[in-house]
Amino acid sequence: MDADGIHRALREKFAGAVDPDWVAGEWPIVTVGSASVAEVCRLLRDEPALGFDCLSNLSGVDRKDDDRIEVWYHLLSYRHRHQVALRTTTPRLDPVLPTVSHLWPIANWLERECWDLLGVRFVDHPDLRRLLMPEDWVGHPLRKDFVEPDEYHGISTRRESLLKL
Amino acid sequence: MSHAIDIDLHREGPGGLETEEMTLNMGPQHPSTHGVLRFVVKADGEVMRRAIPDIGYLHRSIEKIAEKVGYHGFMPYTDRVDYVSAMQCNQGWAMACEKLAGIEVPRRGEYCRVIASEFGRIASHLISVGATGMDMGAITPFTHAIREREYINDILEELCGARLTFNYMRIGGCAWDLPPGFAKRAIAYLDRFEPLIDEYDELISFNKIYVERLANVAPITPERAISWNLVGPNLRGSGVRYDVRRDVPYSAYPEFEFDVPVGTGERGTLGDCYDRYMVRMREIRQSCRILRQALEGIPAGPVVAKVPRTFKPAPGAVHVRVEASRGDMGWFAVSDGTAFPVRVHIRTGSYAAMAAIEELSKGLMIADLVAVIASLDIVAPEVDR
Repeated sequence: MDADGIHRALREKFAGAVDPDWVAGEWPIVTVGSASVAEVCRLLRDEPALGFDCLSNLSGVDRKDDDRIEVWYHLLSYRHRHQVALRTTTPRLDPVLPTVSHLWPIANWLERECWDLLGVRFVDHPDLRRLLMPEDWVGHPLRKDFVEPDEYHGISTRRESLLKL
Repeated sequence: MSHAIDIDLHREGPGGLETEEMTLNMGPQHPSTHGVLRFVVKADGEVMRRAIPDIGYLHRSIEKIAEKVGYHGFMPYTDRVDYVSAMQCNQGWAMACEKLAGIEVPRRGEYCRVIASEFGRIASHLISVGATGMDMGAITPFTHAIREREYINDILEELCGARLTFNYMRIGGCAWDLPPGFAKRAIAYLDRFEPLIDEYDELISFNKIYVERLANVAPITPERAISWNLVGPNLRGSGVRYDVRRDVPYSAYPEFEFDVPVGTGERGTLGDCYDRYMVRMREIRQSCRILRQALEGIPAGPVVAKVPRTFKPAPGAVHVRVEASRGDMGWFAVSDGTAFPVRVHIRTGSYAAMAAIEELSKGLMIADLVAVIASLDIVAPEVDR
């Protein structure tokens, strides 16, 4: 199915949640309301003509100036060889999104990573723990206002310059 | 990284005997974990109920570094994403930047990239198949594989001066042209190397003990492989004929003829460890085929396009994919028009393979966990970034 068809199929079911504008490209970008992400994804996966059987990537972006966090879902269909990127936003103060880990098992880790590094809370995720950082780490390092702590368990993170300029 | 594990001890076993679930710790330093990573294995005797991967030991916050060093400056860091096969990481980042800024790479530059990437792929697959043998208890094949990889490292060193962390590609092309006489020497090496693949096959690929050690172990159906987002040789091992080089053509790959080998369950079940191993062996031959075509048909011209030193692409987001040695590697880059990217996210092949192990390990023997890790070709730095 071409990008226009995918967008039309989504608009038919979720007129309120799917933005009427979409951006063409190798990955056509469709903007979706944050509350409906899981239902939109379910339709994309289960509708035979859409058939998105693979979540290729899930990335969060901290848009500090706009006070929101953007999350991108890059979806692939091996069956139909088409692809789409969903973009959604959530407030920076309390970023919450529904989980899609019940749809694609890989989302389990991708969402854990997004929680770990950007602090996006995925509701109904079965095991939302930190993935890459130590579990007693404070803060979410990919936030733009993250300040690196001076030490971690007595290990200093500061180094004197070897050049002594 | 996490250490919280639920333990359910005592339960009824057969014949009314009480059995105890055993928790084993494998790693973070273990010779067969291919890097620093850890598994918490819950076992019932010799049978695993679950092997829970615990990652993060090699997290170097490469994505955060990207936000601080700018587009050109990030290139050497991409080598460290997957240092077993760094060329394709170079290429992924270069392609993401080129797509953001709409830069076209000169044709000779694309050929140089293909040559570098395919040599990198052979070197990486040699490590993978050699290490699989070693993990299964066959030490000699590894020495054969590593010997050939050393020669390939020599070739790549000639190309860019480094043996592992190449920093060879640039936004818009490659850093250096092929040195004089390179094509001739590279082809001479391939003439010597290709018969050695047969030798290697005879040495181990069809060895009865080795085949029985891998066949029928941890088969993955095509549907499961896709939903787990397995990519590259792991996906093709399950019989899905999908290769980014062929299906989403990039660089100069459309100009070359090559096959995409897939697993067929030739010695056991479709998608078992042996299929994944064999796909890599066959891909080495296909890489040789691509290399010969590229080395013989390389066009004249510049290798790098003119790219301003202050690189400020227009605001936007791109997601490019390259076929790295461990499969489809996704590079997501967001620009806001300044000299520093807002966000870079790298989705690698080993990441998905690692995530799949928890499900895949259910009901396997403890000794087979090593076979699974080796056949999925997990490289820990690529998981943690």
